[in-house]
Amino acid sequence: MPAPPAVQVSDLVMRYGATTAVDGLSLEVARGSITAVLGPNGAGKTTTLETCEGYRRPQGGTVRVLGLDPVRDRRALLPRVGVMLQGGGAWSGVRAVEMLRHVAALHAHPLPLDLLVERLGLAECGRTPYRRLSGGQQQRLGLAMAVVGRPELLFVDEPTAGMDPAVRRTTWDLLRELQHDGVTTVLTTHYMEEAERLADLVHLVDHGRVVASGSPLALTRGRGDATIRLVVTEPFPAGAPQSLAAALGAATEVLPVDEYSLVVTGPADASTLSVVSAWCEDFGVVPESLTMGRMTLEDVFLAETGRTLAPGEGGHAA
Amino acid sequence: MTQQDTARTGADGTFAPRPGAAPYAAMVRAQASMETRLLLRNGEQLLIAVVIPVIALVGGVVAAGRLGIDLDGADPVDALTPGVLALAVMSTAFTSLAIATGFERRYGLLKRLGASPLPRSGLLLGKVGGLLVVQAVQVVVVGAVALALGWSPDPLGLLLAVPCALLGTAAFAGLGLTLAGTLRAEATLAVANLVYLLLLAGGAVVLPRSSYGAASEVLALLPSAALGDALRAALLDGTLAVLPLVVLAVWAALGASLASRFFRWE
Ligand SMILES: Nc1ncnc2c1ncn2[C@@H]1O[C@H](COP(=O)(O)OP(=O)(O)O)[C@@H](O)[C@H]1O
Ligand SMILES: [Mg+2]
Repeated sequence: MPAPPAVQVSDLVMRYGATTAVDGLSLEVARGSITAVLGPNGAGKTTTLETCEGYRRPQGGTVRVLGLDPVRDRRALLPRVGVMLQGGGAWSGVRAVEMLRHVAALHAHPLPLDLLVERLGLAECGRTPYRRLSGGQQQRLGLAMAVVGRPELLFVDEPTAGMDPAVRRTTWDLLRELQHDGVTTVLTTHYMEEAERLADLVHLVDHGRVVASGSPLALTRGRGDATIRLVVTEPFPAGAPQSLAAALGAATEVLPVDEYSLVVTGPADASTLSVVSAWCEDFGVVPESLTMGRMTLEDVFLAETGRTLAPGEGGHAA
Repeated sequence: MTQQDTARTGADGTFAPRPGAAPYAAMVRAQASMETRLLLRNGEQLLIAVVIPVIALVGGVVAAGRLGIDLDGADPVDALTPGVLALAVMSTAFTSLAIATGFERRYGLLKRLGASPLPRSGLLLGKVGGLLVVQAVQVVVVGAVALALGWSPDPLGLLLAVPCALLGTAAFAGLGLTLAGTLRAEATLAVANLVYLLLLAGGAVVLPRSSYGAASEVLALLPSAALGDALRAALLDGTLAVLPLVVLAVWAALGASLASRFFRWE
């Protein structure tokens, strides 16, 4: 009998009072993979992850982790699963390395602390009390705490939020190395680049549901190879996307991003670019930029939901 | 792309999974030592734990001598030291524990430990261990000051005082945890300090109940007075006072059941 998937979530429903945080979400995580749950704030990522971690009982649907029930079999699962919460998780007065040493002491075969301290750059703040660590340092400590017990399966919630780009890259390297050594990782993120660069499999979630799943390549290829981005100097007049869509024909898709920008996907090529350029002239809008590039997960998300992934963080600036 | 990057990092099995919980006793020891260090590192906690009881003792003895206050005919230091020890027990088991736990809850520490191999029973034992170490420090400091002031406790009473203090610790810890597990951290901080001050002033903990006149009978039902009475009976007379111990046991049962029912981990 083949081993069950590392994680199997079927039709999960979770509510907080009148708010439905998770609304019939299903996903699978293959053993040995890095799987990203990508979605905007409020999509239900943390709630889903914490249900997998056994903090909450599913209100609808089922969750299996390493073939076990995360609530009923919690004791058996805990040592096998490494958890990084979205925030907090330490005493406010504890020193960074002291906290890591404490978590290590709760495990039978912890990793050498020096190794993690070095790999995650915690030496510079090893004696700093937790409350005085920067956001990025707290994140790195949180990741070290999740990894130190040598888990089979890692749940990391927005692991690189608040990290600068260089540190984010070393974090990705560490997660890849863990994967190479046989650790399965489930991470949530709202950085499309993180999912695209790191994950074998991406589940795009919005409003508590998976809207698309696949490898980054499969997801972005699924709608054509390229994307054209148009950013204009003044807000679009009413009816602009429809007008452009009419000019381009049925094979392409025009997705409004905000009042200054839109995205064209589908079989876009250089001739499409010239059609868009001509349309701008005719329609009387002045491009701030008109670029063609590879399709990104951001574009896939926009196509699936009509919304951007991280308002103010990626959007038309990309 | 991912494939190439993986190859480049050249991992060598360093991170190969090898999960497992540490032995239970080792986990509890680690937790207790951490709790102790954090309690002793915090200046305000130390003030409440050691400085205030010492001031109460020295101040009380000096005042009683100056003003000729009668403390049931006993020597002031003999009469006051048991109550000051009761105050010390209460400050740690109730106030310090409640405040520390309230902030642990607020900062997600309890939640995070919930995902570690440490079971809740181990967490609780660790906390108790930390409490007992801090209380031992308190007893040594207060006892040394008292001895310097001429304290001569009943020798058998020193032994009898131990179960009284433990029962008092259980009673106050249950109440402290109930507070910490139900209120927000700031509210816990305020209420725990307020209750401490009220009991210090009016709870017949440092001063014997006889000093409170007509209220004496009602006060006997408070855990503070019960702990004070029990320690006074032990250390002054070398006897076990049954009624105060029963009162403490009831408070301990009440605190434990309230905490186990209403404590919220997040
Ligand atoms: N403890 C809570 N109480 C009430 N509502 C909550 C709570 N946690 C999350 N929510 C709501 O549930 C939805 C999903 O939240 P969350 O799972 O944290 O999403 P994400 O991690 O994707 O940002 C949001 O609308 C959020 O406001
Ligand atoms: Mg979240």
